[in-house]
Amino acid sequence: MKQSRRNFLKFAGLSAAGLCIAPTAAMASGGPGGAAHAEVNSKSLHAKRWAMVIDTRKLNTEEAIEALAETCHHIHNVPTIDSDQDIKWLWSGSYGEVFPEQENNFPSEAQETHRFPLLCNHCEHPSCVRVCPTKATFKRPDNIVAMDYHRCIGCRYCMAACPFGARSFNFMDPRLHLDMDNINMKFPTRMRGVVEKCNFCVERLAVGELPACAEKSEGAIIFGDLQDPDSNVRKALRENFTLRRKPAAGTEPGVYYII
Amino acid sequence: MHYGGKIITGLVIFLGLVSMPFWFNIGGSYEEPKVELPKNAKVCVAPTQNMRENHMKLLDQWRDMALREGKRTYISAKGDKYTISLQNTCMQCHTSKEQFCDKCHVDASVTPYCWDCHVPPKEAK
Ligand code: SF4
Ligand code: SF4
Repeated sequence: MKQSRRNFLKFAGLSAAGLCIAPTAAMASGGPGGAAHAEVNSKSLHAKRWAMVIDTRKLNTEEAIEALAETCHHIHNVPTIDSDQDIKWLWSGSYGEVFPEQENNFPSEAQETHRFPLLCNHCEHPSCVRVCPTKATFKRPDNIVAMDYHRCIGCRYCMAACPFGARSFNFMDPRLHLDMDNINMKFPTRMRGVVEKCNFCVERLAVGELPACAEKSEGAIIFGDLQDPDSNVRKALRENFTLRRKPAAGTEPGVYYII
Repeated sequence: MHYGGKIITGLVIFLGLVSMPFWFNIGGSYEEPKVELPKNAKVCVAPTQNMRENHMKLLDQWRDMALREGKRTYISAKGDKYTISLQNTCMQCHTSKEQFCDKCHVDASVTPYCWDCHVPPKEAK
């Protein structure tokens, strides 16, 4: 066949189109998994927006909160480090620390003595997600603010952005401070140089279990769907006066406190 | 060619140096690493050759499926169901990191950082 300019251009166009389609076709036909795919666990719990209501009339002592924190930290392999470099997912604070903008000069006795459980609020407008340069911190469709530790570069922007101090940085290998013979073998640890925080127990929700702290709180912590008007959390919010932390920060926390 | 002799000698020396590793290893023998296969399972989530070549890509996909998409059940090409988890699925069959993962990784001089966070099963001493 005589090579004409016309033929050459036709052929070149066809090859270019082929090059564009090839990767997609290769992915569809083979790829590491072939026809394999992933599904949501059949037992998984679902919500449009997970939220937590904490009844501080029932749960307000250092010991009780510490017991919940211990459970949380054990199942998630969170180390205890005896310095200001400690890692915390769940901890406690005084009224003034928890609601700094809503403090009175003459507080009630209860207000003065009570301790309040603290954790990541899984905010609706999470400032931590906005600043993370690698999308290591991201918001799931059910509003759980999750972390992909594989992607965290340890820049700590999220820690600066979170108005609630909900995040901890691994200044050193956390395994140095974990009893490696007694950790939870079903969950990973973290490594030096990444940030971590409460994950609303996504790994438990995926197998149909409630967050560990809620389960262990004997009813003091209610966990459910904020978007469902008939849910347990909405009922609790309807029937009780509640506060959220630092409303002025505008992050719309998902953790409510019955006072 | 100007300086032809010098250029060609230079090239020969250069090629000789670059291909040095091959000269040194001529006649050497290569032994495939002997990985310890699971005793409690016959099939993996994908055919052996596919896993050998692509397990790292599969693990990457698994991470995104579980973490990003919230999908933690894997349906293999054969239709079998698996929980998407390195610690709770892979390492339940491949119970020894030293006898399985490390064998090839050490041989190929790769140091994946899986184990900085994921906890391998305790090695039988
Ligand atoms: S409490 Fe802090 S870390 Fe948690 S979602 Fe809100 S801004 Fe992010
Ligand atoms: S420390 Fe990690 S999670 Fe936080 S902003 Fe940086 S990369 Fe994102």
